[in-house]
Amino acid sequence: MNKRLDIWAVGVLVAVLALGFVGLSQQKIEIQFWYALTGDLGKATVEQVDKFNASQDKYFINAIYKGSYADTMTAAIAAYRAGEAPHIVQIFEVGTGTMLAAGPAIYPVHQLMADTKTPFDPTAYIAPVKGYYSFPDGRMAAMPFNSSTAVLWYNKSAFRQAGLDPDNPPRTWAEVRAAAKKIVDAGAAKIGLSCSWLTWTQFEQFAAIHDIPFATKSNGFEGMDAVLALDHPLFVRHVQTLMDMQKEGSFTYGGRDSQPDALFPAGEAAMLIASSALRARILREAQFEWGVTYLPSYDDFIAAPKNSIIGGAALWVMRRPDATAAHYQGVAAFFAFISTPENAAWWHMRTGYIPLTFAAYEVAKAAGYYQTNPGADIPTLQLARPNPTKNTQGLRLGNLPSIRVVIYEEVEKALAGQQTAKDALANSVKRGNALLREFESLYK
Amino acid sequence: MAVIRREAVFSNKLLPYLLVAPQLVLTGVFFLWPAVQALQQSVMKSDPFGIRTRFVGWENFKALFADPLYLGSIRLSFVFAGAVAFLAMSLALFLAVQANRQLRGSQIYKTLLIWPYALAPAVSAVLWVFLFQPSIGVVSLALQGLGIPWDYHLHGGQALLLVILASVARQISYNFIFFLAGLQAVPKTLIEAAMIDGASSRRVFWSVVFPLLTPTTFFLIVMNTVYAFFDTFGVIDALTKGGPGKATETLCYKVYLDGFRSFRINSSAAQSVVLMAVVILLTAFQFKFLQRRVHYEGGG
Repeated sequence: MNKRLDIWAVGVLVAVLALGFVGLSQQKIEIQFWYALTGDLGKATVEQVDKFNASQDKYFINAIYKGSYADTMTAAIAAYRAGEAPHIVQIFEVGTGTMLAAGPAIYPVHQLMADTKTPFDPTAYIAPVKGYYSFPDGRMAAMPFNSSTAVLWYNKSAFRQAGLDPDNPPRTWAEVRAAAKKIVDAGAAKIGLSCSWLTWTQFEQFAAIHDIPFATKSNGFEGMDAVLALDHPLFVRHVQTLMDMQKEGSFTYGGRDSQPDALFPAGEAAMLIASSALRARILREAQFEWGVTYLPSYDDFIAAPKNSIIGGAALWVMRRPDATAAHYQGVAAFFAFISTPENAAWWHMRTGYIPLTFAAYEVAKAAGYYQTNPGADIPTLQLARPNPTKNTQGLRLGNLPSIRVVIYEEVEKALAGQQTAKDALANSVKRGNALLREFESLYK
Repeated sequence: MAVIRREAVFSNKLLPYLLVAPQLVLTGVFFLWPAVQALQQSVMKSDPFGIRTRFVGWENFKALFADPLYLGSIRLSFVFAGAVAFLAMSLALFLAVQANRQLRGSQIYKTLLIWPYALAPAVSAVLWVFLFQPSIGVVSLALQGLGIPWDYHLHGGQALLLVILASVARQISYNFIFFLAGLQAVPKTLIEAAMIDGASSRRVFWSVVFPLLTPTTFFLIVMNTVYAFFDTFGVIDALTKGGPGKATETLCYKVYLDGFRSFRINSSAAQSVVLMAVVILLTAFQFKFLQRRVHYEGGG
């Protein structure tokens, strides 16, 4: 008899608990948000989400860390296939082509804002930031979140030691080469120049500031039948410059992706072309005086370099079978929240990423952020250069991650002296185009 | 040979099934189901989200074997696996023979030799980075001091050598344990008899001990090959990411790159089916060969 009573008691308890949970979840609408930022940047993401959660009591954004950018994207795709995609997912810029082609899997931001009747002004966002994530006609597909661009970091102490003017950093490739040579010859640093994310900084960014195409069809914005345009003479010339510099010891290839990042704060490389988002790490680790400046250019090719393009990631809204209009209302509220001048400026100053909007830039400026952090406005100023062209709005290419790997491989072979600059680029075009055609064939 | 009872006796007919059920469920969920999915994906063509999917038959496999880069990766994987297995086994055998002697402190050697196996692949790879990173690695600086232009970011041969060494270092411990156990099972009487016949210690090893280790050696050849093919992902990812060029892009790493970095899911699935075939062949080889050749002393 007692035993039966116990079972009843447990049963009632379970039922009450279950009801309780249902009750709790009915109080607030939970929105899944998968992000990929680690360390301090991950912490800042959670802080931003917490601020939103505290600012209202209708929605609860559940921020979940899902590993690296590639891991997060893989997880989101797998989850979509299982009908359990997150409502919001952070996707890196090279995934843009794949996400845009995903059609029914995504909920374009312009449509989300219209459907939820959320006030939304696309012109408030900084052009190259917005452009990267927009359809060719300007409608925004994803919400910019953490954007960076490529800049030149340089070691002022090493400059001084080599007899260079630390307040007058090089602006052209000829000057960069001369400075790097001088630094290495003077023994001021082991490495004159290195580059992180070589394909991003030396091809994608390089093409934009020199106003040459990376691929046809406006870098793929106007159609999936684009082909790579890497055989442009300026690319050949640039790869040759890097090869010559490698040979004379003024440039050191430091590996793929972010591997060379560590060389700058450690004082090994006197100059590093890398993401503007490296600022926090340099602030924390560098034991010397450093500066930051614009990307170098070939001044005999272009007198006034164009705007650079972005890197980083955006927030994409995904469809899932059980999502209701209320869920998406919450997503729209979150997007409006992170876009207010105050919140966007907070994010910019907290993380070092580009401000999302011009208004946020003004808020940061008024707060004296650029006075206390010299050079922190360089990425924004470089992105906001006037008169952007079809070559400076970003890339819209399928299989872009694979294309980047192809370029790494071919340039590595050239730097190792196994092929000429021309062959490296011709091979990149040939292999890259095969990847583009493969991607295109998926959507025929 | 001792007599082995082939059939265990259970009074309850259901019990044996219940006892193996957890293992069967694990095998089904984590091995069979994904394998079937891979087979299915390998004959399809679909976008990453699986919105448009169509059947293409052998097309993915045809494309693979028509791709000189894939054939290069196959060649590389065999060179890599051969080098890893040979080095890891010969070094482990040498160490096991040394540790098997009645030496003072041999327990400590044994413990120290087994330790590296407890290290996660990614952690051990990071240690290798600290040693060999071209600009800040301790060993690199020493090599460069000797005038050797060490830079595995650019020199494919050096990169391959490095991932081979890093993979070997991890596997030595595993091989060491098996060789040591094998050596300890060699009957002392045989060795003593050979010594009385006047054989040198070298002769004793190659003519008596090594042949008796054959079962262990063959088992380890298979295990090391499987290790080199499938378990070296962490080392490659942490050290070279497949580069420079394609110098360290083994078949297994290529499956990851194509599937998870590039979202070419169908090609990646086709590649994993090829790898699955390799494992099936290796396993079949092991069973067939070992059952014929092996005779364990004392039965059982």
